[in-house]
Amino acid sequence: MAVIDDTLSYARVTTVGDFFALLKPRVMSLVVFTGLAGIVVAPGHVHPLTAFTALLCIALAAGASGALNMAYDADIDGVMSRTATRPIPLGHIARGDALAFGWTISAMSVAIMWLFVNALAAGLLAFTVFFYVVVYTLGLKRRTPQNIVIGGLAGALPPAIGWAAVTGSLSLPPLVLVAIIFMWTPPHFWALSLWRCEDYARAGVPMLPVVKGKPTTRRHIFVYALLLAPLGVLPAFIGLGGLLYLVLSATMGFWMLLEAFATLRERDEEREPAAKRLFGVSLLYIFVPFTALIVEHLLHLPSLWM
Amino acid sequence: MDDNSFDKNGKAGRERRKRNIALALALGGLVILFYLMSIVQWHGNTSQ
Repeated sequence: MAVIDDTLSYARVTTVGDFFALLKPRVMSLVVFTGLAGIVVAPGHVHPLTAFTALLCIALAAGASGALNMAYDADIDGVMSRTATRPIPLGHIARGDALAFGWTISAMSVAIMWLFVNALAAGLLAFTVFFYVVVYTLGLKRRTPQNIVIGGLAGALPPAIGWAAVTGSLSLPPLVLVAIIFMWTPPHFWALSLWRCEDYARAGVPMLPVVKGKPTTRRHIFVYALLLAPLGVLPAFIGLGGLLYLVLSATMGFWMLLEAFATLRERDEEREPAAKRLFGVSLLYIFVPFTALIVEHLLHLPSLWM
Repeated sequence: MDDNSFDKNGKAGRERRKRNIALALALGGLVILFYLMSIVQWHGNTSQ
């Protein structure tokens, strides 16, 4: 069982590195990247310092959400081999300190966004933190195999926050970007859960392969990849993306579909090589098309439609 | 641990010092950001 007792005497002083690890820097970088895409593709002009402030607030809120997630999930993190080396299960940081750290930074990021950017961006940021921490972490994660499907909305919202930071409003294009990340999240995490199935089962987390079995999970992954492929190219047809985006998003969508099909037919349930490949390709799926969007807008390349 | 017996030059002391420096840098960064953003907003309001 994980070490989460606040009264425990810690063998070492909590370091800066422990607090940094608490922010989930890899997840934070992905969130910042998609938030940046929202800022860059939004119409209109915003002062570079305002854009930087918006991005900083998105990064701080994402990190704070990660810290709160680690604090509330310290018991199951300690049981799973993937997460057992996080600072709280290792006893490097007290759970109460992580909670104080997370809630303070969350409140600070929303307040700064409200003060210096705008109320809509701040509201969306607050909703994202609330949804990730309260709805996903405290509500869905331990109760339903649909946890990452619904909870994925929190990770999908940064492009909309970035867009709102520039325009002060929301419209169809940022919501399409949100829909892409929302649809991408389940196959990404279900691929991971296929080869971490025993870990999740031991921790009592009702991930889809634990509750419904691996064959059902493979079918779900394939259906989501099938829906994601056309959705991924949609920005090219609503005036958001150009030829570069269309080619790269179509290629990545097709590649992800191929790996999802390989995962569907996978028989090596011990090593799950296809699921591991799919997980890697799914990371590229977000990175490559969103980079294309950013490059097109920075170079003022024409969009295909409108 | 008794605060009086705390070894400032030991490993724990160094880690605490690093933590304090990181906190000071973060707060200093926020002060600079607030100052610059105030100027940006003030300039935006006066140029309208």
